Amino acid sequence: MFGSHEVPNELRRRLSITSAAVVVALLLLVLRLWALQIVQGEEMSVLSENNRIRMRRMAATRGRIVDRHGKVLVESEASYDAILVPEDARDLEGMVETLAQYLDQSTAETTAILERAAGRPRFQEIVLKRDLAWEEVVAIETHQTELPGVTVNVTPKRYYPEGVSLAHVLGYVGEVTREDLERSKTYRSGDLIGKSGLEQVFDGKLRGVNGGRHVEVDALGRELRVLDKVDATAGQTLVLSVDLDLQRAAEQALGNRVGAVVALDPNNGDVLAMASHPSFDPNLFNGGIRQTDWKELVDHPRKPMTQRAFRGQYPPGSTFKFVVAAAALEEGTINPFTGIHCGGSHRLGRRNFRCWRAGGHGRVNVVQALAQSCDVFFYQVGQKLGIDTIARYARAFGLGAPTGIVLGNEKGGIIPDRQWKLDNMKEPWYPGETLPVAIGQGYVTATPLQMAHAVGGLAVGRRYRPRLVLRTEDVEGTIVETLPAELVSGLDIKASVLDEVRQGLVQVVNSSGGTGRNAAVEGIVVAGKTGTSQVVTLGRKRIKALDMPWQHRDHAWFVAFAPAEAPEVAMAVLLEHADGGGGKVAAPVAGAVLNEYFRLKQLRGPSRYVQN
Amino acid sequence: MFRIDRRLAANIEWPLLLLTVLLVGCGLMTILSATYNEAQPFSSHFIKQAIWAGAGFAGLLIAMIFDYRLLHRYGYVVYVAAVFLLVVVHVAGTDGGGARRWIGLGPVSLQPSEFMKIAMVIVLATNLHRWAGGAYLSLRKLLAPIALFVVPGFLILRQPDLGTTILLGLVAFSVLLVAGLRLRIVLLAALVVGPALPVAWQQLKPYQQARITSFLNPQADPLGAGYHVLQSKIAIGSGMVHGKGYLQGTQNSLHFLPEQHTDFVFSVFAEEWGFVGALVLLGLYAALILRGLVIASKAKDNLGALLAAGLIATVFWQVFINIAMTSGSMPVVGITLPFLSYGGSSLMALLTSIGLVMNVSMRRHVY
Repeated sequence: MFGSHEVPNELRRRLSITSAAVVVALLLLVLRLWALQIVQGEEMSVLSENNRIRMRRMAATRGRIVDRHGKVLVESEASYDAILVPEDARDLEGMVETLAQYLDQSTAETTAILERAAGRPRFQEIVLKRDLAWEEVVAIETHQTELPGVTVNVTPKRYYPEGVSLAHVLGYVGEVTREDLERSKTYRSGDLIGKSGLEQVFDGKLRGVNGGRHVEVDALGRELRVLDKVDATAGQTLVLSVDLDLQRAAEQALGNRVGAVVALDPNNGDVLAMASHPSFDPNLFNGGIRQTDWKELVDHPRKPMTQRAFRGQYPPGSTFKFVVAAAALEEGTINPFTGIHCGGSHRLGRRNFRCWRAGGHGRVNVVQALAQSCDVFFYQVGQKLGIDTIARYARAFGLGAPTGIVLGNEKGGIIPDRQWKLDNMKEPWYPGETLPVAIGQGYVTATPLQMAHAVGGLAVGRRYRPRLVLRTEDVEGTIVETLPAELVSGLDIKASVLDEVRQGLVQVVNSSGGTGRNAAVEGIVVAGKTGTSQVVTLGRKRIKALDMPWQHRDHAWFVAFAPAEAPEVAMAVLLEHADGGGGKVAAPVAGAVLNEYFRLKQLRGPSRYVQN
Repeated sequence: MFRIDRRLAANIEWPLLLLTVLLVGCGLMTILSATYNEAQPFSSHFIKQAIWAGAGFAGLLIAMIFDYRLLHRYGYVVYVAAVFLLVVVHVAGTDGGGARRWIGLGPVSLQPSEFMKIAMVIVLATNLHRWAGGAYLSLRKLLAPIALFVVPGFLILRQPDLGTTILLGLVAFSVLLVAGLRLRIVLLAALVVGPALPVAWQQLKPYQQARITSFLNPQADPLGAGYHVLQSKIAIGSGMVHGKGYLQGTQNSLHFLPEQHTDFVFSVFAEEWGFVGALVLLGLYAALILRGLVIASKAKDNLGALLAAGLIATVFWQVFINIAMTSGSMPVVGITLPFLSYGGSSLMALLTSIGLVMNVSMRRHVY
C-alpha cells in the first residue's frame, strides 16, 4: 500500500535519536571552527603571513653503555653545533664566506655539506659543523647579525671514556647517510646512529626518541617564543656482561702484541672480557672522522679496525687436541689407559709427520699426551677416528659455526670433512690430510671466541650462547628488558670422558712435564691447553721465531678454564705471529687474566659475580 | 530485474543526488587549488580525480538500478569478495608510504579497504535485519556481527591502517546501535572504558607510549604529525571569517601543509573560504546525512533501513573525524574527508554508497 511503512517504530525512534546526535556533533565542529577562525583568527593570520613557525628538533640523549658493575663505558656529552636554515640566509654564498672567518672549516667543506643536504624539506635545518670549539660558539653568537639563518644548537655527542678499550665491541656512531635514510623510515637527516658494534646492533634501544619545539622565529631565524614542545625521550642504558676491570687486565696482559683475549663465564655464556689489539679510539668518529685519521686506521699494517676476537680465524693448533681426545674416548678408539709410543715422528705412507719434541715422548696415555701435547699420540688417534668423526665432535663443541654473539659479521671458522673438501676444493679427502687436522692444523680454523666457547663447553658439559648484554634499563635505572642466558646445547658426551679430558688439561698446567705451567694461579687449579699453530710449512727446519719475518711466525694459543673443580671462567688467548710458542707466550697472558679474575672475585665477594 | 520501471524512475531521490553533485564539485574545486601551480593549472591529481568522479557516477547509477533486496541472497557473497580483496592486498599489494594498501591494475590502483566499508554495512544489514527494531540484541546475536568485523578489521590493521580500522569499527557499531544494541549497555561500557583509557595511557612510560603508537601506526613521525596539525590549524584559523579567496591560500601554496590534497584538504578549503565557507560545507554534509537518515526511516524494510543508515554513518564518521583531526581536536589517524579528499577508490566507494541509498529510497513503495 502506498505510503505505509514496514520499518518498526523502535527502529525509526533510534534513527531519530541518531539524527539528533549527528546535529549535535556537527555543531561541535562549528564551535571548534568558530574558536579557530573567529576567536584565534587574527593570531593565526599573523603566524601564517610570516611563515615563522619552525620545528627545531631536540636530539634524544643516546643511552649509556655500562659494564656489569655499572662502570661507564660510553656516555653522552653536550656538543655545540652550528646549524643553518638556508631559507633564512638572504645571501647564501656570502654567508658561507663570512662563516669561514669564524669557523675552523673551509668554504669548500661548508659548500660540500650544503650540496649534500640538497633536496631536504624546506626550512629544515642543516648541521654545518658539530662539536664547535668554545671560541667558535662565541664568534657565531656575537656575529649573529652577519650570519642570518645560522644558530648554535646544543646536541648530545658520544664520549668513550676508556678510549681504545673494548672499542671493537662498543663500536662507534656517525651521521646517517642517504642510504641509511632510504633503508629506514625511523631516521631523520642529521641523526647520529650506531655504525658498528653494539652501537649499531642496539641502535634502536640506545637512540631514544627525538623531541622537538615548535618555535616562532624572527627574520634572522632567532627564536622568539616556544609554541609547544615535545620532550625527547632518552635512550636505554645497556648493561654489559663485561667486567671493565677484567677487560683492562686482559688488555694490559696483551700489551703491545697483536692478538685477542676472550674470557667467558661458561655457566651462562657471559662475556667477561673481550680484548683485541691493536684497537682504535671511537672518539675519533665523533662528528665525522677526519679523512687523515680514517686513512691511517685503514692503511695500518696491523689492521686496528679488525676485531680479532670473533672475526679473526686462525688454525687452533694443539688447543684442538682436547676435542680429538674427547672424540677418541667417547668413540672407544682409546680408553684412559691406552698407551701409545711416541718416537718423535709418525709415518703414513711415504710421509713422515713429526712430533714437536724431536726426541719423542715415549709411551704416553691420553692425559699425558694432552699434558705434554704429544703430536704422535693424536696423529694415531686421529687416523683411527677418521676426519668425519673428528669433524662431528668439533661441531658438538661449537666449532665450525658462529657462536651467535650479538655482534655482526661473526666468523665461524672451518671444520673440514669429506663433504667440505668436495664442496670447496672439488677433490676427495686424502688420509694424509686427517693427521694435521688432529693437531689443529691443516684446514681447521677457529676464532678466539669459538675456542673460549668450546673450552667452556668442556668445562661445564654444555654450551651457552655468548651473552654481551645482560639487560637494558631506562634513565631512572628501571629494568626494561632482561636478556636471559641461552643454552645452545648439552655436549652429549659421557661425564667420565669429559672428566678424563679435563684431567688432561689440569695436567697441562699443573704437572711437571706440562706445557702450560706459565698459566698457573696460586691457590686455584687452572686447566688449560697450549697451542702453537704454524703459518708456513717449514719442512725439516726448526727455526727460532725471532729469526723469521713477522708474518711468517707461528700463532700462539692458550685456552683455559678455572677453577678446574667448579669452572666459572673459560678463556682463550691468541697472539698473532708471536715470538714464541703457546706455552711460553700465551699461557702467561691467560695466567695474568685469571689471576686478576680471582683477585677481583675475592675483593668483591662471590655473590657479586653470580648472575643468570 | 534490471528493467527500470517507470514508477521507479518517478521516485528517483533527486535531493540526495543534488547534494552529492555539489559536494563532488566542491571537492574537485579544492583539489584544483590544493595542487595548483601556474605552469600547469590542471594538475594530474585534478584530472585523475575528475575521471574517477565520472566513473563514480556510473557506479552510482549501477548501485541504484538493481533491486537492493537481492542482497538478502548475495550479501555474504559481497562480503567474502571484499575480504578476499584485502587478502590479495596482503599477498600481492603495492606499498606506499610505509604501508601496503593498494592493488595495482595497470594505470589505476585500487584500495580495497574503501570498498570493505560498504561490504561491512551490507553484511551487517543482511545479518541483522531479522531482529532490527524488535527486542534488544542479545549477546548471542552479537557474536556473528563481531566476528564479521574482526576479520577485515584485523587485515586492515595489519596493512597497517589504524584510521580505516577505527572507522570500520565505528561503522559496524553504528549499524548495531540502530539495529537494537541496548543503549544502557553502550553507555555503561563508554562510561567505564572511556575514562579508563587516558588514565591507563598516562600510566605508561613515554617509550612504552611511543612503542604502542609506532606499533599501531609505524609510518607516523609523532613530531612531524604535531607539526602538520599546527600548520593545519594555522591554515584554518588564518582563513578567518571570509577566507583568503580561491587559490589564495598561502599556507597551502608554500607547501606548509602536508598531504594538502588528501587528509588535510579541509584546511585548504577553510583557509580559502573562511568560516562562512566552512559553514556552507558543513551544511551540505548535514543535509546529506540527515536526508540519508530520513530515507532509512522511510525504507520499505529493515534491510533497506539498516543499509541506508550504515552507509550514511560512514559518511558522518569520516566528516566528523577528519574535521576534528585537521582542526587539532583529535590525533591524526589518517581519515579522508568524503567527496573532497583526493583518492579514486574512496570517491568511487562513496558514490556507490550514495547509489545504494538512492536504491533503498526508490523502492520504498515497491512490493
